[in-house]
Amino acid sequence: MDPLSLTADAAAEPMRDEMREQLLLSITAILGDALVESHLKPGKDLWIRVRTDSWRTSAIALRDQLSFDYFSFLSAIDWLPSPFGNGEVDPTAQAVERDTEIKQGYAGGETRLQVFARLVNHRTHVGIILKADVPDGEAIVESWVGVFSGANWHEREAHEMFGISFAGHPDLRNIYLPSDFEGYPLRKDFPLLARMVKPWPGIVDVEQLPGGGEESGSNEEEATS
Amino acid sequence: MTMLSDRQKLAYISSQAADMRVNVELETEGMTLNIGPQHPATHGTLRIIARLDGEQVLWAEPSCGYMHRGYEKLTEVRTFPQITALVNRIDWLGSFANEVPFILAAEQLMEIEAPIRAQWIRTILFELSRIANVSLFLGDLGVQLGAITPVFFAFRDREYVLNLIESATGGRFHPNFDRIGGLKDDLPAGWIDETRAVMKKMRKFCDEIESLLFGNEIFESRTRGIGVIPRDVALQYGLSGANLRASGVDWDLRRDQELPMAWNKVDWKVWTHNDGDAYARCWVRLQETRESTYIVERLLDTLPSGPIMTKVPRIIKVPAGEAWVATENPLGEMGYYVVSKGGLGPFRVKIRSASFNNISVVPWLLKGVYVPDIITILASLYFILGDIDR
Repeated sequence: MDPLSLTADAAAEPMRDEMREQLLLSITAILGDALVESHLKPGKDLWIRVRTDSWRTSAIALRDQLSFDYFSFLSAIDWLPSPFGNGEVDPTAQAVERDTEIKQGYAGGETRLQVFARLVNHRTHVGIILKADVPDGEAIVESWVGVFSGANWHEREAHEMFGISFAGHPDLRNIYLPSDFEGYPLRKDFPLLARMVKPWPGIVDVEQLPGGGEESGSNEEEATS
Repeated sequence: MTMLSDRQKLAYISSQAADMRVNVELETEGMTLNIGPQHPATHGTLRIIARLDGEQVLWAEPSCGYMHRGYEKLTEVRTFPQITALVNRIDWLGSFANEVPFILAAEQLMEIEAPIRAQWIRTILFELSRIANVSLFLGDLGVQLGAITPVFFAFRDREYVLNLIESATGGRFHPNFDRIGGLKDDLPAGWIDETRAVMKKMRKFCDEIESLLFGNEIFESRTRGIGVIPRDVALQYGLSGANLRASGVDWDLRRDQELPMAWNKVDWKVWTHNDGDAYARCWVRLQETRESTYIVERLLDTLPSGPIMTKVPRIIKVPAGEAWVATENPLGEMGYYVVSKGGLGPFRVKIRSASFNNISVVPWLLKGVYVPDIITILASLYFILGDIDR
């Protein structure tokens, strides 16, 4: 068996994913204009983005009409590029200019914060990833607790880590952090204090190539182990 | 005859009345019971606050966060190859299994695949970490129900598996062996024969545990019908692994998805149980451990030759994109949602760990149970603190 043949075949013809294309059609039919955008990676996954005000009703529709009855997780993303970088620079040096443009990922988006969740149909084992924008002003979306009981703890975690409120959640207490903790640690503008004090030594310990370090960052340099 | 039976009836009625009076007298005000954070049954620092009415739990609430290390934030200041050292420490009893889904997600974004031999060895080490992890559960289970012997068997035999993992990877608990594009090293000489011998030993261990615990009357009466999770509850709480399969859901991520791993290349069986109680969860885990030893043997029989590392750039930059990869870890579905913006490190990693979902059912499950059953139920759900708190 040639180990390289698999990757070569996959690259030769663009993959089609009829099962997920069909699924997307039926999702479009059921959600109607609640569905804003979608993204399909053939053979891998399906992303859909729903309107913020349909976050809860979309989950109910998907659960009841397409049997997405397994709740895998719910979390959030802060798309703001980190003003602190990766902690790779000396904090005492002059600050470098950083990208401040917010670019959302698959299935697009308009706001800095997004919630996303994964639901699976436990009979067909096909899952989808749902996303929704979280309004920039008052970060609040509807709670899924009435739809999937398992969302309870996930929403508490998203609340304390990102500062997103979930309307209709019975008890938005902190789950990990002390109750008097200030700030939202997983937001990009929350500094990782350990990195502020001392740069992470590992991030720059990439070995220089023999014979000049100029090329060391480029992808053309290939090496087998 | 009639007189006698009347007298018996009277005696019965009066004893009932006496019981009632005693019950009325014993009725107490509710009390709050604090279990943990340091408690032998919690494998770490999980604290459970239970409100009791006599012996019965009115409500119970786990309190997590005593071991929260903020891995999701830390991944944002690491490079991709460095993150395996972090995720090793999520479920510390089955560390190698934590690395695999993350590496697969990174490989998916880079559109590369590990060579066939590396896929096989990954699967073998994955199953070995399952055997090491779950065999400790099987021993610990006995201790939590008051049986001391099984845990000595478990610690003795788990060591054989840890020795195998150590001789192949260099680390007993934190191998940090998986690389983007393959593995760090090939298997050492003599490892395959040794593994076959250990798998036979582990099957014997499973038989021992089965006859020690599962045939034991006390064990049965303490676990049967205790902590029943119906199938629809299991699904909407997102339970996974043996907890889900013990509720009658025939779903195993090793079998039911396409991944560049070797599980689908050999025959094996997914074990399920319809009862959904503590006994069912323990029974499914026992069967799975035994099944894993067969998987390892069959994979060793078909182990292909070839390279163990594909060509990757010297400095790994992962193209922009998003990927979700989950695998069936010893504790259940463990997945990583990796967002890359094309840099050296990820932009955001959401770690979906199995125990977080598995333990979120606890407030629902403990309502109305008796105090001794709290420990049985927690033990049967099987969680690792690092896997809840991340």
